[in-house]
Amino acid sequence: MVAAGEPIVEMRNIVKRFGSVEALSGVSMKVRKGEVLGLLGDNGAGKSTLVKTLAGVHDPDEGEIFVKGQLVSPWTPLAARNAGIETVFQDRALAPQHSIVTNIFMGREITNTFGLIRVQRQVAEANRLMREIGFTSKVFNPDSTVGHLSGGERQGVAIARALYNNADVIVLDEPTTSLSLTETQKVFRFVEAVKESGRTVVFIGHNIYHVYDIADRFFVIDRGREAFEGPKAAFRGADHLIEMMHQLAETGSADVSHLQATT
Amino acid sequence: MTDQIVIPDTSAPKTVPVDERGEQSRWLLFYRRNGRALNAFLTFMLVWAFFASNNPTLFLIPGYYNAFLFSVPATIIITTALVFVIVSGELDLAFPSVMGASGGMFMSLVLLDIPILPAAAITMAGGALIGLLIGAVVVYGKISSLVATLGLNFFIVGLVNLIAQGRNIESRESVGTLGYRFFTGRWALGDTGILIPNHFIIALIWVAFCYVLFTYHRFGRRVQLVGDNPDSARQMGINIDRIRVGVFVFSGLAAALCGVILVQTANMVWFPTSGKAYLLIALAAVFVGGTPTWGGVGTIFGAFFGALTITLIPSGAVGAGFAGFWTDFMFGMVIILTMIAHRFSGARVR
Ligand SMILES: Nc1ncnc2c1ncn2[C@@H]1O[C@H](COP(=O)(O)OP(=O)(O)OP(=O)(O)O)[C@@H](O)[C@H]1O
Ligand SMILES: [Mg+2]
Repeated sequence: MVAAGEPIVEMRNIVKRFGSVEALSGVSMKVRKGEVLGLLGDNGAGKSTLVKTLAGVHDPDEGEIFVKGQLVSPWTPLAARNAGIETVFQDRALAPQHSIVTNIFMGREITNTFGLIRVQRQVAEANRLMREIGFTSKVFNPDSTVGHLSGGERQGVAIARALYNNADVIVLDEPTTSLSLTETQKVFRFVEAVKESGRTVVFIGHNIYHVYDIADRFFVIDRGREAFEGPKAAFRGADHLIEMMHQLAETGSADVSHLQATT
Repeated sequence: MTDQIVIPDTSAPKTVPVDERGEQSRWLLFYRRNGRALNAFLTFMLVWAFFASNNPTLFLIPGYYNAFLFSVPATIIITTALVFVIVSGELDLAFPSVMGASGGMFMSLVLLDIPILPAAAITMAGGALIGLLIGAVVVYGKISSLVATLGLNFFIVGLVNLIAQGRNIESRESVGTLGYRFFTGRWALGDTGILIPNHFIIALIWVAFCYVLFTYHRFGRRVQLVGDNPDSARQMGINIDRIRVGVFVFSGLAAALCGVILVQTANMVWFPTSGKAYLLIALAAVFVGGTPTWGGVGTIFGAFFGALTITLIPSGAVGAGFAGFWTDFMFGMVIILTMIAHRFSGARVR
């Protein structure tokens, strides 16, 4: 068991190249149990690449990933899910021609010993999950085709899927883009609920006010490198964080003197 | 794993207004889900009705269908297996060579005095193995399956011809043995004059098996997910390479079963060209059966009716009094018209 506040996931010196592009040049990031980590950075900074590496989708060219202190290898999407990391990807990773249930249980089908899918059970579980998450519309039910849903509704399916397994770490890559105000509030309440149950969230967002409100600690990357990180207490407020990110974007570095003592 | 998830005590009002727009009727949903299979069934009935209306007396004689029942099983078996391949987003043009190779393998085993049933079982394992090799070339060689299987089809046919030196393999003395009757024996259906061949029953069992595998088994479900969106499937932890190899193994297994059936229905004679004729027929049957070309979704029952339709056309046309040279024209008509009909079951959902 990992005690609260101890690193539950640790990425060490992750390098990821796509051909000649070095999307990540040696990023080390710790995710501590029970925290909400806000992962920030400009467009193209490498946030999604980092998160996809964490989810096992990208095989890092260099670096290691430790979960609960153990080096996990080989690091594949299945290994990541089995290690208790669920991800809502920026592209949502849905199968549009299939139903909501099928999407929720993608890669995690509930089957009997012969590998036959327990259809009733899956539908019942999906129904419960959707009700709890607050899908109230009668326009769709667990059997509805995902491709017929609105953008926000699809996002809801992806979030529901990530919440389903009570994973230790839930990674949300821009979960609130294209969501209405009420839906955004709902996502924030989920994040809080996950945190209250002692589990961990990594949250990527471009609205710094939102991320500032919800996160306990911030990790900022810039052009594939770690720029700075620090707990909320080290910043004077969202505006301070924004100011630092502006500085970073314009000069390539930010004044981090106040962070030294706290990290 | 299935504990309740923790849901916040939302401060939102308890009576959330429910969006009641457009609740779908059961019938519409049924058509949504099964429209393509229904279209394939209707196509078969229409083609039959068209032929029957030209020569009602012949088409109402039950015994007329005996030849049909005898020749259709191989098409049914390979067509339903190909649904898995097409749905996974791949294409298999090498199955005719596997049919031919397995037929030859089967006859060679029989000539070694191995009884027919064990020989058939070994052949099917061999077919699955060839499928595994084909799948490995496609998936791990990262070659488009269209090109790879096109090449492999020539390669395997060529290899088989080299080994057989272009000669037939025969084993007339096996005709009538227990194993032979297991595959080709016939049952009179009451006094209707219809004779149901055993291999037709095997084909029906195969279709039921494929249906369960495709619709209810994890493998079939994952085949559909991989075909729908391979990136999503991979991100959700599905081993997409394994699924892709799996569909070629399955197609190889089915092709071997067909190969075994083909030599037996030819009175235990294997020709080096065995299987060749099925390439376009089986692919046409898959698409007439309503499985779309783009992958992700498909229908086993549709493929079953597609196979019936495609097999009925040549013999039915002759029975209806059309000269043989009408056959290709009718194939074309049926394929084009059913493709248009399937359009009404919906374009691709993205
Ligand atoms: N599969 C890929 N192939 C090639 N280049 C890639 C690939 N994925 C990401 N990149 C490159 O890596 C860099 C980082 O991309 P990434 O998606 O991680 O950015 P991000 O921080 O998530 O940005 P955004 O906020 O816009 O989502 C970009 O320059 C992008 O072009
Ligand atoms: Mg991104």
